[in-house]
Amino acid sequence: MKVLLVLPVLVPMATAALALLFFRRERIQRALGLLGSLVELGVGVALLRAVVRGGIQSTQLGGWPSPYGITFVVDLFSALMVLLAGTIAVATSIYSVSDIDRERRAHGFYPLMHVLLMGTNGVFVTGDLFNLYVWFEVTLIASFVLLVLGNERPQMQGAIKYVAMNLISSALFLTGVGILYGSVHALNMADLSLKVPTLSAPIRTTLAMIFLVAFGIKAAVFPLFFWLPDSYHTPPVTVTALFAGLLTKVGVYALVRVFTLVFVSDGESTHALLLGIAAFTMAVGVLGAVSQREVRRILAFHSVSQVGYMVMGLGLFTSSSLAGAIFFVLHHAIIKSNLFLISGLMRPDGKDVRLDFQGGLLSRSPGLSACFLVTALSLAGLPPLSGFWAKLILVRSGLEVGSRGAAAVVATSLAVGLVTLISMTKIWNEAFWKPAPPEAELAPRPRVSRPRALLYVPVVLMTALGVTIGMAPEPLLEIVRRAAAQLADPTEYVRAVLGDARP
Amino acid sequence: MPSLILRAVTPVLILLLIIVSIYALLRGHQEPGGGFVGGLIIAAAFSLHVLAYDVPSTRRLLRVAPQTLMGLGLSTILLSGILGLLAGGAFLEGVWMAVPVPGLGLVDVGTPVLFDVGVYAAVMGMVLMIILMVAEMNT
Repeated sequence: MKVLLVLPVLVPMATAALALLFFRRERIQRALGLLGSLVELGVGVALLRAVVRGGIQSTQLGGWPSPYGITFVVDLFSALMVLLAGTIAVATSIYSVSDIDRERRAHGFYPLMHVLLMGTNGVFVTGDLFNLYVWFEVTLIASFVLLVLGNERPQMQGAIKYVAMNLISSALFLTGVGILYGSVHALNMADLSLKVPTLSAPIRTTLAMIFLVAFGIKAAVFPLFFWLPDSYHTPPVTVTALFAGLLTKVGVYALVRVFTLVFVSDGESTHALLLGIAAFTMAVGVLGAVSQREVRRILAFHSVSQVGYMVMGLGLFTSSSLAGAIFFVLHHAIIKSNLFLISGLMRPDGKDVRLDFQGGLLSRSPGLSACFLVTALSLAGLPPLSGFWAKLILVRSGLEVGSRGAAAVVATSLAVGLVTLISMTKIWNEAFWKPAPPEAELAPRPRVSRPRALLYVPVVLMTALGVTIGMAPEPLLEIVRRAAAQLADPTEYVRAVLGDARP
Repeated sequence: MPSLILRAVTPVLILLLIIVSIYALLRGHQEPGGGFVGGLIIAAAFSLHVLAYDVPSTRRLLRVAPQTLMGLGLSTILLSGILGLLAGGAFLEGVWMAVPVPGLGLVDVGTPVLFDVGVYAAVMGMVLMIILMVAEMNT
């Protein structure tokens, strides 16, 4: 039982170690990468089952007792995120087989990918703030290298911003951890949730703001998001899809965890601030997307905009709005990484070119067009697709809260949904519907065509998953509601970590 | 062309650095030191070799690829953690036993040492991978 809680970190670590041992054997590496991802998915399923049945579970690494040792604790939210990471891992592993070129494989794509997964899973399962920092760093180091793997010039430009912003974030995070430990002598999050309310208000607010900025950079919220659109379109599609599915989600996860568990007592002001940030993130992201002319850049700006919805769920801070935020995270990771995967299939060479030079995809590949249409409409939130349910829950809980701020955010979110639809229609019209422009015919055919059949497999699977969530949201919603209830009332979490000795 | 003096002292220094790195690794058991520092020191020894000679000869001296070292290191770390589980405790829980060593009497050997050895190999592999890669780019 306790082993299961460590597996989300152990499996990717073992995969990375084995892939390093077989560094020169490409076939074995690829097989290991795929196998590791499948096992991770399995671990995610097992973990979710265990938590649904047995409630929040925790274990102590090294056997040191709880507020002192490192805690791994899995509630429904964590389990859902681990499951999500496994899903994205499987899809991108299949895609990587023909998308990642020989040079990138030779420089260790597979070990890096699994180190990244180890880091994100570590973030999801840890119950200790300093340990959270360590997992953030693991994620960062792996993502830095994945971002520049291949050494292309635009990759470097994107990576510099990403590295700079994330170093600032790490420094702030570490500063916050230091101040927190200096003032309450605790870093275990369950312990903190009992001790932080005793702090004097000014220190508490300062700390909350430090963590807000540190995690805000990682989640790419307004005004700290500008690393994201510049770095998402440069690496290979597999990497972008992996990032889109996981990187900002890690930041959102940390925001949700810290602001539901640790910094809740002066909720009014913090959560009002979060609501404001959410509205600006949505609006600025979507406006950025409208001004772009390349598919992957448009999608990257939409990622920013969608993070706004997740933060909105946190800012409203009711049980149902948290459910909306969690549902939105799951929906968006699946939909957005699928859209990136599709964007890699829109041209034979997988390059991201201006929409003017694209066209005729509807007649050339109707299957891909169908996948794109369904997924894009889901992103825009059309019923009965998954995005609709996610937005519906958020809008409804916003109206239930009923304050003027909440109403403003709800209005923004509806307007942003409309602009998202327009922007998706733009891609559809330009790349799929209009006839191929003569320049595209004149352009030299790429010499090496990739084996494409395998690229379609993850796209079809992810589209099917997205549609299933949209058509039958009730089972998932049920779990998400319970997850949100656990977040809204952290007593069970605290008891699972600290035992019955404390309230 | 690196200086003759550097070439002459490098073998001696490398030997010394390797000894110091192992000392740091074992000392880390109870006092400041440990796998991370030890790994850095031994990586410095091989980096010195790169400076004095060239990358191919350093690779020959190493015998194994840095990536393999990292893989071995990570596997050792995993193993040390899993031993705690197998012994019926938590992941990474220390498992100890007293081993008679001639000349020293009974010596406590435990999985934390194994963990440190894993860190040592992983850090050494990681640093050397970066240094060799950069050195190759420059030539």
